[in-house]
Amino acid sequence: MSTAIHFKYEIVRTFRNRIFYAVTLALPLVLFYAIATGQRSATQDGVSFPLYFMTAMAVYGAMFAAVSPGARLARDRSGGWTRQQRITPLRARTDIAAKVVTAYLIALPSVVLVFLAGVSLGVRLDATQWLELGGLLLAGLTPFIALGIVLGYLLSVDALTPAIGGVVVLFALVGGVYGFQLAHSGPLFDVMKAIPSYWLVQAGKTAFGGGGWPAQGWIVIAAWTAVLVGAAALAYRRSAARG
Amino acid sequence: MVDNNAPAGGIVLSRLSKSYGQVRAVRSIDLTIAPGETVALLGPNGAGKTTTIDMILGLTHPDAGTVSVFGRPPAAAVRAGWVGGMLQTGSLLEHLKVRELVTLMASYYPHPLPVADVMRLTGADEFAGQLTTKLSGGQAQRVRFASALVGNPDLLVLDEPTAGIDVAGRHEFWQAMRAVAGQGKTVLFATHYLEEADAYADRIVLIAHGQIIADGPATEIKARAGSRMIRATLPGIDLAVLGALPGVVSADRHGDAVLLSCSDADTALRALLGSFPAARDIEVRGGSLEEAFLELTADEETADAVNVHATAGAVAAGGPR
Repeated sequence: MSTAIHFKYEIVRTFRNRIFYAVTLALPLVLFYAIATGQRSATQDGVSFPLYFMTAMAVYGAMFAAVSPGARLARDRSGGWTRQQRITPLRARTDIAAKVVTAYLIALPSVVLVFLAGVSLGVRLDATQWLELGGLLLAGLTPFIALGIVLGYLLSVDALTPAIGGVVVLFALVGGVYGFQLAHSGPLFDVMKAIPSYWLVQAGKTAFGGGGWPAQGWIVIAAWTAVLVGAAALAYRRSAARG
Repeated sequence: MVDNNAPAGGIVLSRLSKSYGQVRAVRSIDLTIAPGETVALLGPNGAGKTTTIDMILGLTHPDAGTVSVFGRPPAAAVRAGWVGGMLQTGSLLEHLKVRELVTLMASYYPHPLPVADVMRLTGADEFAGQLTTKLSGGQAQRVRFASALVGNPDLLVLDEPTAGIDVAGRHEFWQAMRAVAGQGKTVLFATHYLEEADAYADRIVLIAHGQIIADGPATEIKARAGSRMIRATLPGIDLAVLGALPGVVSADRHGDAVLLSCSDADTALRALLGSFPAARDIEVRGGSLEEAFLELTADEETADAVNVHATAGAVAAGGPR
């Protein structure tokens, strides 16, 4: 039994879905240039607007990449392939691991392309700052990958597409992905600071300051990941019990 | 090439039951299949075939009773790579070519067959480079068969494997199937094609309303219900009188001809000629499996009309699985 072949074909499958891949790569780029080009000298939350919005759009693309395994899971499930897979020796966790790897393989080029677009509009960071920013973005994706898998096990394909789109947009709005923050103080701000997408967008600022996330950022990401991975395990069991 | 991954013990179903709400899809089934046997699970839609198969494969948990696959629970047997299955429903994995999909399935098993051999045997090599989403129904069915086979499992479970295949394709499928069964594998297939069960199984298990109503070689199944038919021209005779003759199970009329379904045709024929010397154009012939089937399930239906309706309702609603 070779797990490598399963990983290989999961990746092949992802990249053959060209429209999905193209949209995931192109959408953040288009939005970035459309909005940031006219505001090259503006500032947002103490950093230049292009840096803020570059990070925001990298987060946007990466979030869509992160939830994509859930969409594939729902399609495999609704088509009945999951049942076929369950009567082979393949373990569900191997399949999920392969889907997580493909999420990162989509997220990584998406983030790199938006970074290049940022450079083209004058964003300048040194090598360690780029690496730190990229690293924080990828690390902060884990709750979104788990969220996609929860939805993929629970929802039908028809329900999943709007659900995933809506959830990503909501996280984006609360996290400040659309170029503005809903609040800078008060109870709403406290809520925002408990949302993982807020910390993803803040990665632009913290990388610039060189300090990474404060402890609260790591705790929020870790807590959301733990809860959603638990939920994914429950959702898997529920889906398997129904046959 | 006999594969000996799995220990002996065959498949044992013991008092297996499963209900969906009010519908008792499977009602206390006991069944033992010896290693190397090819067994047909024959029955009409909604009889409980798919539910039984899903429990053998570990896809559905029984409400009561147990399944043992080569001495282990289904999930453990599946994990050991002893089981290959062809399910009735389900599309193939998207965005893969046929050869890639069969290669992927082979990679899950500890001792797979060479992919090229299985592709050739099943005829899937003719469209190996096609995407799985661009296949005809018959082609997709061959890919499913190749996928079930390539892991070289000891038990092959096929749920209505020829559904949606044309007659020529069906013949090719069973030829390939025979080659496989000849290699010492245990094969269980569900079908509602009587001729398939008759032609390709060592043994037929007849199932209706979630219960086994007959189990044995095809010849024995026929013997269970009026094994022979007597046809004679005999106008104006009361059917009830004919039905009461020794050796006759039931009587039917087609114009001037009567048709007697017999448990003992020799006795019935003597009695018929003794009582009605006017009978002419007499024919005696073996009943078809179809007739045996109708005979056996007819008894069940009258005895259990309420459950028939419950089952039919479930089929209309998508069928129990």
